[in-house]
Amino acid sequence: MKRYYFKTHVVLIMTSACLLFLQSCKPKTAQSAAGGDASKSYVAPGKYDEFYNIVSGGFNGQVAVYGIPSGRLFRIIPVFSQAAESGYGFSEETKPMLNTSHGFVPWDDQHHIALSQTKGEHDGRWAFANGNNTPRLARIDLTTFRTSEILEIPNSAGNHASPFITENSEYIVAATRFSVPLDDQNGDVPINTYKQNFKGSISFVSVNPTSGEMNIAFQIRTPGVNFDLSRAGKGKSHGWFFFSCYNSEKANTLLEVNASQKDKDFVMAVNWKKAEEYLKAGKAKKQSVKYAHNVYDENTHTATSTIKTEVMVLDPADCPEMLYLIPCPKSPHGTDVDPTGEYIVASGKLAASIPVFSFTKLQKAIADKAFDGEYDGIPVIKYEAALHGEVAKPGLGPLHTEFDGKGNAYTSMFVSSEVVKWSISDLKVLDRVPTYYSIGHLSIPGGPTAKPHGKYLIAYNKITKDRYLPTGPELTQSAQLYDISGEKMKLILDFPTTGEPHYAEAIPASLLMNKQRKIYKIEENTHPYVAKGEGQSRVERKGNQVHVWMTAIRSHLTPDNIEGIKVGDEVYFHVTNLEQDWDVPHGFALKGANTAEILIMPGETQTLKWVADKPGIVPFYCTDFCSALHQEMQGYLRVSPAGSNVPLLFSTGTNKPAVTGTDTTKK
Amino acid sequence: MKKILGSILLLSSIFFFSCNDAAKESGTTTTETETINPGGQSSVKDDESAKDVVKIAVGSADHSTLVAALKQADLVNSLSNAGPFTVFAPTNAAFDKVPKETLDNLMKDENKAQLQDILQYHVYVGSLKTEMMEDGQTFNQVNGGNITITKKDGKVMVNNSATVIASIPASNGIIHVIDGVLLPPANK
Repeated sequence: MKRYYFKTHVVLIMTSACLLFLQSCKPKTAQSAAGGDASKSYVAPGKYDEFYNIVSGGFNGQVAVYGIPSGRLFRIIPVFSQAAESGYGFSEETKPMLNTSHGFVPWDDQHHIALSQTKGEHDGRWAFANGNNTPRLARIDLTTFRTSEILEIPNSAGNHASPFITENSEYIVAATRFSVPLDDQNGDVPINTYKQNFKGSISFVSVNPTSGEMNIAFQIRTPGVNFDLSRAGKGKSHGWFFFSCYNSEKANTLLEVNASQKDKDFVMAVNWKKAEEYLKAGKAKKQSVKYAHNVYDENTHTATSTIKTEVMVLDPADCPEMLYLIPCPKSPHGTDVDPTGEYIVASGKLAASIPVFSFTKLQKAIADKAFDGEYDGIPVIKYEAALHGEVAKPGLGPLHTEFDGKGNAYTSMFVSSEVVKWSISDLKVLDRVPTYYSIGHLSIPGGPTAKPHGKYLIAYNKITKDRYLPTGPELTQSAQLYDISGEKMKLILDFPTTGEPHYAEAIPASLLMNKQRKIYKIEENTHPYVAKGEGQSRVERKGNQVHVWMTAIRSHLTPDNIEGIKVGDEVYFHVTNLEQDWDVPHGFALKGANTAEILIMPGETQTLKWVADKPGIVPFYCTDFCSALHQEMQGYLRVSPAGSNVPLLFSTGTNKPAVTGTDTTKK
Repeated sequence: MKKILGSILLLSSIFFFSCNDAAKESGTTTTETETINPGGQSSVKDDESAKDVVKIAVGSADHSTLVAALKQADLVNSLSNAGPFTVFAPTNAAFDKVPKETLDNLMKDENKAQLQDILQYHVYVGSLKTEMMEDGQTFNQVNGGNITITKKDGKVMVNNSATVIASIPASNGIIHVIDGVLLPPANK
């Protein structure tokens, strides 16, 4: 009774509270529900976002595409991981994309994104992505949002400091997180001979200005440190690249303790124009290696994987004035270059301050030989000689810095879970906002370019305890959107993400939305097994291999009745989508297939390989809801025992019951 | 019951006020974020997980001075983060060795930066068991200053002034209870 009384009271109070709530905030917008100023992130139904946000997927190995400011997820692009959803890495055409010198590697850990640039600004052509585990670089075509190319990186392990890009997309870089014995050395050495046997590598990968194709132009052999992150110089510092290095102690065990012994590690400054000169002058040595280069052809709709066997290597000992080390406090993580190219911000993740180096002072220090000795033969610049100044006590655990183009820098603070805005000129902290929780990277549209768009900042958080409805032991990672148009940063949206985002870039929608590919022209399809019309569909046997030239169009598959398949046959379903209409993919799946479906874009051909495992009838169907008669889009395949003499038959619409009987089974 | 009713009333008033703020469209970031989460990571409700360094300190009767200082220095949320942290945690008795006047001064708002400096000197980012420490080893603490470990006959000392008297593993690191307060080197 008492309880009842209490409940009534609670309900009454709650109701009146709700009433108050409703009255005071009338149906304005979705505003106060999110707590932040949600109206600023609200994109009405049918309206477009201002920016594409190209976001790394971390341990899902893929890249995600969101809209900003809405936070809506548009697409997950399969890159380094097989995607059962589309058949990427399962279809015969896409399997070669995941080939490496280790064979087929269907997963990776995707950390950073670099969008192609021209004159220091986004040009909207390609997105580059790194594979952290089995060192790889990928190129995504921003007209199709599909992976066009994957390049493996030799002499490397843990491709973390990658794929940062120069201002005209001359190069993207790949610097190794783990130093390792080189690929042409005997790697069967005691691990505690690290100091003698382990080396670092930085790869400069050229980007063909027309096709975008990647090629390892040269590698630079470096001391056996760990490379963490990187940025290209721009404007006045164009021609230079900056890499953060940790573990200058060269520890090979318990790095948690042993890689934090020295007060300072380094930022490595690479004069890559100088490196190009040395390469031209024949200073590079050819090294024998093995790495895969996988390219997807949009006409054959097929990837080819080529194993390459050589790389050109520059040794700093033969190349003076190519590398310099700038001391940097405590295991620097992000090293970021401001829009003018003058300032290099290095965030020592365990440091109590953020050092900001000046490119002009660095050049002067080099000219004056203001060195503080050498590290493995590489000149170490005097810290003070290159230093513009330090941001004192910015927060705890500084990681990464982005820029708004108005002279401000924004640094993520992992330990104190906040974004700190500070002024580049006087290094004063201007504002700070909490993140929920444990921010890693952050992104401002155009933030790494010479002309940032500013306006928004997106924080990518690692921990979301108590932020969303809980989902068992594993919780989503999150992004938080801040309005940075004013003096104070304002949280306006909090949205869950897919995978584990690390770095991301955002690019104005106007640069991409009008050049999206809608279909593949069927007449341009040069796939060896294309059927450019239903008349070309057929089934052919070559020994125990059976090739099915199949077509898909609303709302049938041709052929849809196939007989004469025998147990043990390898059947290749080459499915061509005959549609020439945007947003009408067809899917193809077959009962018991040990792979995945394939999803075929209009005008494209994709192949599902399947081995007939037992006699019987095997249904197949279209998996992508394509039309009102999608559910009718299906067929049957008959499997007979291995020695059977059932003839190979295929048809659509003609294999009808015999007129006289109901039993159509042939003997 | 009164308590529950009270909190409901409080909740509704928060709702009410936050609406007003939104309606004004000029609410400051702090008010808004406070509405979203008043407590930060330390206020996450979770009685099932192992305790983090903050929760362990809060639960220790011997560390009430330290906990009060951490709160005053706004370090509670940071230390509830993933870390990992090694916290050298002076006992109340250790703090008692510091002149009361000095301690009282440090707890004043205007001296917060100094208090933060001292407390951050007690924290290392990384989880260090004593067996990982070597005699003469230095560790760079969160405030930027170094501590030096001495290890003799199984006894671990920090800066030759405070002895590790117990070590308690935490979900986000480890606490080494020490019998002295560490003072950051002045010439940092």
